[in-house]
Amino acid sequence: MSEMNIVASKLDVSGATYRCVILAGEPWIREIQKGQYFRIVDLEGNQAADTLFYNAHDYSDRYSAQDTIREQRNLYLTTGTRLMSSAGNILLTIVADTCGRHDTLGGACATESNMVRYAIEKRHMHACRQSFVKAVMEWGHGMSKRDLTSNINFFMNVPVTPDGKLTFEDGVSEPGKYVEMHAEMDVLAVISNCPQLNNPCNAYNPTPIEVLIWDRQGS
Amino acid sequence: MSEPMVRWEEMVQPGATWSHVLKRGTALRITDVEGGANVGAIFYNMECPAERYNIDTLKAQQVAHLSKGCVLYSDMGRILCSITEDTAGGHDPIGGCSNAALVRQKYGESRYQELRNDYYKNTRDSFLIELEKWGLGPRDLTPNVNFFSLLRVSGDGSIAYQPSTSGPGSFVELRAEMNVLTILNTCQHPLDPNPKYQPRPVHLAIRSVPAPREDDPCRTFRRENGRGFTLTERYFL
Repeated sequence: MSEMNIVASKLDVSGATYRCVILAGEPWIREIQKGQYFRIVDLEGNQAADTLFYNAHDYSDRYSAQDTIREQRNLYLTTGTRLMSSAGNILLTIVADTCGRHDTLGGACATESNMVRYAIEKRHMHACRQSFVKAVMEWGHGMSKRDLTSNINFFMNVPVTPDGKLTFEDGVSEPGKYVEMHAEMDVLAVISNCPQLNNPCNAYNPTPIEVLIWDRQGS
Repeated sequence: MSEPMVRWEEMVQPGATWSHVLKRGTALRITDVEGGANVGAIFYNMECPAERYNIDTLKAQQVAHLSKGCVLYSDMGRILCSITEDTAGGHDPIGGCSNAALVRQKYGESRYQELRNDYYKNTRDSFLIELEKWGLGPRDLTPNVNFFSLLRVSGDGSIAYQPSTSGPGSFVELRAEMNVLTILNTCQHPLDPNPKYQPRPVHLAIRSVPAPREDDPCRTFRRENGRGFTLTERYFL
């Protein structure tokens, strides 16, 4: 595996103005204002945090995996990655990352894709898309399944080999590892704390994550 | 066995857009007439367009590029199209599409007023205009496939445009497994290093094809695809 890019944050947890623990299998949705810092902590390790971002003033302008990958010429997200929107805006920039790399090609698990990937009998199992649909329906503002597009899988390890194979492997994350972003514009963030039990993305044991928000820091 | 008769042939001009609801039981052959073409493509189930092409396509088949034997999955676990033929050697599902800012920065300003129909088009705006005609809009724009283009991925995850291996006459064939709104655009790949605006034309041919058999190479490509075909066939019961 290539060398990881580990960058710690200068922000103190005691200064956070918002903290919330998201249990495994739960959705979370909240606006983050321009200038705020947004941290996701993998509390117990190897837990995928499936995440979507939208321009808070125009939900049709949203995180785009293809634009983000192309702009930085790399498949993996880490410190320095600018999270690009479908209309070419920078939504957030990753400013600290103690995990080292995150996936944006693996998509979010769904009851339907679980049927394809594992067995048709798996339809009943909880999946990220159930949480995403619930989150955007409850948020309202006209959002629907049409707004669920390519997502980020923070803390998830989906290596692509030079011969074009893509695999899900054991996470590279550990308890307490985190990723931190600076909001470059007002964004809406939606997270599904992944309930997947059929592959190693959560080490077969989904666990809680924590989100923290700091207000704009004085210069 | 003779090739079934082609029922519809058409050229898509350089930088142009084409859309059609491909019917289940037909196949669309896209031919790179001159070599070096790029075809951006997005796909929807026309009966319920909230069902559309999805990145599950990659993880379900554990691939980072598409070629013969691969299928294109919707977000509902069903197969929109199968890649039944491919003489181009692989297609890019990652690089996305060009947009107005990228085209202006790469190729400069261009207006219809001076250039008439040779003005510089971009894939994103072309997709949005075409989506609107089918009652869809910006919220429906999904990640796209780039046929006839490939990216090289290094061990550290870095990507680079791979010089085109698609020569004159190479083709890819998409067999529709549902009734699939297919939108194609022939603008250059966004990472094409050519400093000139030089999109290429492609030739389209649609013919009727038999339903995939039990030993169909796309069905047997991976066990996942077998289940994908089962779920798709159940949709039509």
